[in-house]
Amino acid sequence: MSDAHIPISQVTRVSRGASAAKPKFWRSLDELTDSEDIKVWLHREFPEKASEFTDPEGRRQFLQLMGASVALAGLSSACTRQPAEAIVPYAKAPEQFIPGKPVYFATVLSTDGAAQGVLVESHMGRPTKIEGNPDHPGSLGSTDHFAQAEILNLYDPDRSKTLNYRTQPRAWADFIAAIRPVLDAQKALKGEGLRLLTPTVTSPTLGAQIDELLKQYPMAKWHVHDPIARRNAMDGARAAFGRALQPVYNFAEADVIISLDADFLGLGGDKVANARAFVARRSADDLGGHEMNRLYMAESSISLTGASADHRMAVRAAEVEGIARELAAELGLPVEKGVLPGSDMAKSIVAAMIKDAKARPARTLVMVGESQPAFVHALGYAINEKLGSLGTALILTEPVELNPPSADNSIDALAADMAAGKVSALFILGGNPLATATPDSGFAAALKDPAKVALKVRLGLFDDETSEFCHWQIPEAHALEAWSDARAFDGTLSVQQPLIAPLYDGKSAHELVQALLGDSTTTGYTIVQNAWKARLGATPAFEKSWRKIVHDGLLEGSAFPPVGAKTVAGAWMQTKAASNQGDLDVAFRLDPNLLDGRYANNGWMQELPKPLTKLTWDNAALLSPKTAKRLSIPEPEGTARGTFVDRVSLKVGGASVSIPAWVVPGHPDDTVTVYLGAGRKRSGRVGQGVGVDVQPLRLSASPWSRAGGSIARENSRYAMGCTQDHWKMEDASERGLLRTTSFEEYKAKPDFAKYAEEQAPQGSMYPEHPYNGNKWGMSIDLSACIGCNACVTACQSENNIAVVGKEQIMRGREMQWLRIDRYYEGESEAPAVHHQPVPCMQCENASCEVVCPVAATTHSDEGLNDMVYNRCVGTRYCSNNCAYKVRRFNFFLYSDWDTESLKLQKNPDVTVRSRGVMEKCTYCVQRVNEARINSRNENREIRDGEIRTACQQVCPTQAIVFGDLNKADSAVSKKKASPRNYVLLHELNTRPRTSYLASVRNPNPELSTKAPAAAEGEAHHG
Amino acid sequence: MDSGHSSSGTSSTMDSKYLPLPLVAPGHTNDSVTEKISHMTMEKETPRAWWLTFLIALGMAGGLGVAILGLLFVGIGLWGPNTPVGWGMDIINFVWWIGIGHAGTLISAILLLFKQKWRNSINRFAEAMTLAAVLCALQYPLFHTGRPWLAFYWLLPYPNTMSLWPNFRSPLIWDVFAVSTYGTVSLLFWYVGLIPDLGTLRDRAKNPIAKVLYGMASMGWRNSARHWSNYEKAYLLLAGLSTPLVLSVHTVVSFDFSVSLIPGWHATIFPPYFVAGAVFAGFAMVLNLAIPVRWIYRLEDVITMRHIENMAKVMLATGLIVAYGYFMEVFMAWYSGNFFEWFMMKNRAGGPYGWSYWLLILCNVVIPNTLWWKKARTNTIWLFIVSLFVGVGMWLERFVIIVTSLYRDFMPSSWGYYKATEFDWMFFMGTGGLFLTLMLLFVRFLPAIPMSEVKMILPGAEGRARR
Repeated sequence: MSDAHIPISQVTRVSRGASAAKPKFWRSLDELTDSEDIKVWLHREFPEKASEFTDPEGRRQFLQLMGASVALAGLSSACTRQPAEAIVPYAKAPEQFIPGKPVYFATVLSTDGAAQGVLVESHMGRPTKIEGNPDHPGSLGSTDHFAQAEILNLYDPDRSKTLNYRTQPRAWADFIAAIRPVLDAQKALKGEGLRLLTPTVTSPTLGAQIDELLKQYPMAKWHVHDPIARRNAMDGARAAFGRALQPVYNFAEADVIISLDADFLGLGGDKVANARAFVARRSADDLGGHEMNRLYMAESSISLTGASADHRMAVRAAEVEGIARELAAELGLPVEKGVLPGSDMAKSIVAAMIKDAKARPARTLVMVGESQPAFVHALGYAINEKLGSLGTALILTEPVELNPPSADNSIDALAADMAAGKVSALFILGGNPLATATPDSGFAAALKDPAKVALKVRLGLFDDETSEFCHWQIPEAHALEAWSDARAFDGTLSVQQPLIAPLYDGKSAHELVQALLGDSTTTGYTIVQNAWKARLGATPAFEKSWRKIVHDGLLEGSAFPPVGAKTVAGAWMQTKAASNQGDLDVAFRLDPNLLDGRYANNGWMQELPKPLTKLTWDNAALLSPKTAKRLSIPEPEGTARGTFVDRVSLKVGGASVSIPAWVVPGHPDDTVTVYLGAGRKRSGRVGQGVGVDVQPLRLSASPWSRAGGSIARENSRYAMGCTQDHWKMEDASERGLLRTTSFEEYKAKPDFAKYAEEQAPQGSMYPEHPYNGNKWGMSIDLSACIGCNACVTACQSENNIAVVGKEQIMRGREMQWLRIDRYYEGESEAPAVHHQPVPCMQCENASCEVVCPVAATTHSDEGLNDMVYNRCVGTRYCSNNCAYKVRRFNFFLYSDWDTESLKLQKNPDVTVRSRGVMEKCTYCVQRVNEARINSRNENREIRDGEIRTACQQVCPTQAIVFGDLNKADSAVSKKKASPRNYVLLHELNTRPRTSYLASVRNPNPELSTKAPAAAEGEAHHG
Repeated sequence: MDSGHSSSGTSSTMDSKYLPLPLVAPGHTNDSVTEKISHMTMEKETPRAWWLTFLIALGMAGGLGVAILGLLFVGIGLWGPNTPVGWGMDIINFVWWIGIGHAGTLISAILLLFKQKWRNSINRFAEAMTLAAVLCALQYPLFHTGRPWLAFYWLLPYPNTMSLWPNFRSPLIWDVFAVSTYGTVSLLFWYVGLIPDLGTLRDRAKNPIAKVLYGMASMGWRNSARHWSNYEKAYLLLAGLSTPLVLSVHTVVSFDFSVSLIPGWHATIFPPYFVAGAVFAGFAMVLNLAIPVRWIYRLEDVITMRHIENMAKVMLATGLIVAYGYFMEVFMAWYSGNFFEWFMMKNRAGGPYGWSYWLLILCNVVIPNTLWWKKARTNTIWLFIVSLFVGVGMWLERFVIIVTSLYRDFMPSSWGYYKATEFDWMFFMGTGGLFLTLMLLFVRFLPAIPMSEVKMILPGAEGRARR
C-alpha cells in the first residue's frame, strides 16, 4: 500500500533498474514516465498542477479527468482515457460540452439487489451527483439513499487501488499468467475444483459469461452469497410453485395490504417503485376515485414499513407465522394453526384484518418478508391465490437474479467443499463473504486455512476482510466506472454506462470472467456490447438502438411478463407451526444504512440517523420498553456528551457479544433486534471498528431470527450519537408541529389541520418584501413521507455537506441541512410513528435575518433566506433565534479540504464551507440560479417544475414539491391550497415558506377508538 | 440616611451614637491621607503577598493566552456550544463581566450627582474594576465568534469597498456601540479623576523614571485654582455623561435576549432586571475586592464600616429588584397563557438543569436577604461570603437565561443539552486572571483610593471641598 504514495517527483525519477524491482505495478506509469515526450508534455502542459499533485493517485485522477472530459462527449467512447498524446485546445468543441455546465448520463446502480435507473451529473468528466431516471421502472425519477451514497463510495480514498498478490503490487498480466496454469489444470479436470462466488447478479451479460465458463468447465460451480438475497422468498416459491419465482407488487390493485414482516418500503431493489405506488393510493386530497389503501403490518422488529402502517402488530417472529396461519385457516386453507400474539390489541387487529381481507378478497395483497421462513412465503402465495389477488395485486415473474439463491448454490455448500479440499481455485467476485457469511457456514475457517484452497482470487472494491485471506486482490471498478447491464425489479433491462475511467485501474466482473474464459484483453465495453449484439441482433440498426438504450438508460418493454403459476399443494402445507421458544428472540436485520456492511466506510451512511432510532455511527440491541423494564435495562439518557445507555451481553446459543442496549418504542416485546454490518474489522478509515459485529450470533439455517437469547446487563455505560432524544407525540401535537388525523375524520372535516387562531392577521414592523418575479416555496406532504432518508443523503451529496463524526454528533453538532423528525403517538408499546422532514423554512419574517450583526443572512428578492458564507463571522445568533433550529455551524473545519479523491466529489456549484461559518438549507439555490440562467438565455420564464431541489428530486413518494408561489397554477401553489396545508409555529409570525400537508392515515374505523392527535392539539390551541 | 453631608461639621460635638459612622476615621489630616495612600503605590517595598497573588493571577491570565491560541488555530468547537445551544459560557461570562463593571459607573457617576460622599474612598477602586471587567468582557464577543479575525472589524461601521454596513437591526451591533461607549467613557472618567492624584505622586516620586511617567500622566497638573475649576467641571460633565450609560449598557445587553423570539428570552422585563442585576453583581464584586484590600492595607480608617454598610444596603435593594424580576418572569410565563413560555418556565425549574435555577434562587434571593439585619451588614466576613454567593448567583442567572431557554425551545426534535468544556473554563479562569492582574497592577502603581477626594471629606474640609 505504501508504494502507492510515492511522490510524483520520485516516480518520474525511477530508473529502469529501480522499476524492475516492481515493474508490473508501475507498468502503466512506466509507459508514461519512460517516454520523454510525455515528460515534456506533462511539465509543459500543467507546470503548476503537476508539481502540486504529489500524491500519485491524485495526479492520475487528474489525467484521467482530462481524458474523460473529452471522451464523455461521445457515448461509445465514454470511458476511454485520453490518449497519451499532446493536448491541444478544441478547435471545435464536442457537441453539448460546455465547461462549467454539467452533463447527465443515464446508467443503473444495483445497490439493493436490483437495478435502479439513474442519471448521473457529470462536471468536466467527474460524476458528482446521482439522480433518478424518470423513465426507469426501478427509479421513476427517484432513488434510495444507497444510490445517493454511491458517489461517495466511488471517491472513497480507502478503495482498493492496486492489484495485489499477497499485498505485493502486481500487474494484470502477472495475474493472468499466474492463473493460466491453474485454469489449464482445471480444464483437464473439467473444472472440478473451480468455484465462483458472487453476490446477487442480475446482469444477463455476466450470466451469459458465467454460463460460458460453466460450459468450458462443466464441473465448476457458481455459488451465490449475498445477505440481501431473497433465499427464503425463492425457497417459498419453489415449495408453492415448484420453481423459483419472484413477487412483484401491484399496489394499484390492492386496497388492503397485509405485510408479514415484509419491509417493502425500506429494503429491496423494488422499494422506490413500491413507495411511489403505495403512497399514490394514500393522498387524501386526490385519490383518483380509488379507496385509500390500508396497510396492516405484523412484524417481529421495527421497519419503515411498520412506521407507515395503519395498524401495526409488533409481535415475535413465530407469531408472525401464527398470524399468517390464522389468516390462511380463516380462508379455508388446510394448515395447522400457529401461535398468536397474546395482547388484546393485536388480537383485535388480527380479527379486523381478516374481516377486512374477506370483505375485499381480490383486492387484498398479502406479502411476506425475507426474515420469515420459506414456509410462510409459500403460505403467503397460497393466501393470495385463495383471495384471488394472485395475478392482480401480486404478480409473479421470473426472478431477476440469475442463479437464484438456494441450498445448492449457497455459501454453506461452498464452504463444505472447501473444507473437504474439493476446491482448488476460488474466484470471489465482489461482496465481502468473509464478513457476511454466518460463522457456522464454515466459510471463514475454510478461507483462512492456507492449506485448503490453492488459488483464491478476489475482485473487490475494497481491500477488506475477505481480501486479507485471498492470494490475489483485484481492485474492482465501481459501477460508475464500468460497463455492465442489469435488470430492474420487474426485469427491465438496462445498460450500465461508466461516467469516468476507473480511478485505480479497476476491473469489472465481466473482465475478470472474460479472463477466466481465456480472453484477458477484451474491454468491458466490448463484452457488454457484444452480448447486446447477440440479444438484439448484429444488424446495421444495432448501433442506433444501442445508442438509444444507453441514452435512455433502459430497453423499453423488457420487463418480465407475468407468470401464471398455480400453487401446488404439497408436503410444505404440513409444515409444523413454529412456536415461541425461550423468552427472548434475537432478530437480525440488515442495517438500514449500512446493509450488510457494504456502506460501512461511507461517512454519509454512517452519519445518517437511522430511521426510528435516529442513531448514528453505531448499532445497538434494540428492545421494547417493556422488555427493557423486565431485564432492568435503563432508558437512554441524553446528555451533552452523547446519549448514555448500558452495554449488555447478548447471548444466543453458545455465542455472545457485548453491545449497547437501546430502548425503542414500538419494538416487539421479548425480542431484541440487532443490525448487521457494523463492527467491520477491515473496512477503511471510516467504518473500522464502528459498532458491534453481531455475526457470531447468527446461524445459516435461520439467518434472520434465533430463539433462546438472553441478555445480561454489563456494568458499563456507553455513549451513543443519537440526533433526536425527544420523540413524544404529545410534545409535537400540543405544539401543533405534527398534525394528523384518520381518513374518516378527514372526510368529515378536511381542514382539520387549520387551527382557528391561526386565521388572525399578523403584522410586521418592517415593510413587506415585494416579489415581482418569482417567489419560491415548498410543500411537504406528511401523508406521503415514509421517512426513508433519501432526501437527507441527496441533500448531503448535492450541497457538499461535511461528515462530522460520532464525537461531534454526540455534542449535538450534526451538519445535515435536512433532518427527519420522528414522533411516536400513543402508548410506547404500540405507537404510531410519524416522520417530518424539516429543511429551512425560508421564513418571510425570518428571525435569523434580523439578528445577524454583519448581514450575512439576508432575504433575496425571490424570498429565499440566503446565507452569505464569506460574510459570516459566526456569532451563532441566527441559530439561537431560529425557532426551527435548522441552522448548522462549522464549529471546526468539518469539510475535507485535503483528501484528493474527495475533492472530485464536490459539487462545483456549491461552496465548500470553511471553519467558523453558519450554513443551512438554501432551497438548492444553485439549481434556482441555473434555471434562471437557462430561462434568460432562452428568453422565457422559469417553467413550473423546471427547478427541482435535491430532496424533491430524490423523494420516492414525491412528498416534496418546490415551485413559484407567485403562480397560482404551479404545483406548489396547488399543494398549498389543500385544506391540509399548515405551517410550523404559526404564532411566531415568522411566516414560513416551507409548509406541510397534515398527515391522514387510514385506520380501520372498527378499531379506531382513540381521538386523533390533531383534535387534541386543536383543543389545546383553541 | 446614607448622605452624611447635612450633619457633617457638627459631628465632633454631638453624641456619636446618633450619628452615621464617619467616612474617614478621626485623626486624619491631609498629610496623613497622602502618606497613607501614596505608600500603597511604589513608595514602599512591594509586599510579598502582592507578588504571590500577582504571579498566580499572571499564570491564570497565561491560560487565557493558551485558550485564545487554541481557539484561533483549532476552532470555537473547543468550547461547549452546539445546536440548539449556540451560546454558552461565552455569553454567560460576557454578560457577567459587563454586569460587574456596573458598580464602578454607578458609584462614580450617579452617586456623585446625588452627592453621596461616601462614594469618595471607594470610587477609584470601583472604576478600575469597571475597566478591568469591561476588558475581560470584551474577550468574549470577539473570541466566541467562528472567525474572530474578521469579527473584530466587520462588526464596526466603517466605510469600506464592499459598500456594506453592519446590520443595524441586530442587537449585537447595538452591543458594539453600547459597550464601546461605556468602555470609553469609563476610561475617561477614571483617568480624569486620577489627574490630581497623579500630580501628587509625581511630586513625591523619587525614582526618575516614575517621576517622568507620573509627570506625563498628570498632564501638567499644578493644583492651581483654575485647574481645579476645570477639573471639577470636566468631572461633573463626565459624570452626567456616564449616568445614562449605567442604564443603557445593560439594557442593550439585555436586548440580545429580549429582542429574540426564544421563550425565556423574549421578555420585556429584561432591561430593568438586567440593570439591577448588574449593579447587584457589581457591588458584590466591589465588596469582594474591598474587604480583603481594606484588611491587607489596613484601610479601615479610609474605607470605613459606613462604606461597607452602604454598599450592603445597595446590594440588598438591587437584590430585591432582581428577586422581583424572577418572580415576574414566572408570573408572566403563566399569566400570558403562552404554551411555550409556561413550558420553558416549568422546564427551567423542573428540567434537567433545574438545579441551576434553584441554586440561583438560593444565591440571589435567599442569602442576600440576611442583609436586612445590621449585624449581617457590618460583619465583613459574612458580607464577603454573601458577596461571593451573589457573584456566583449572578453567573448562574446568565446560565439559566441562556442555557435553559435554548436547550429546549420550540421543536422537541432539536432539543439538546449543554456542558462547558475544559477550554470554556480555562478561558473563564483566564479572564479572571486578567482581571486580577490588572487590579493588582492598579493597586501597585496608582492610588487605589482617591487622595484628593478623601481630603474633601476630611472633617473641616467642607467649605473647601463641597461641590
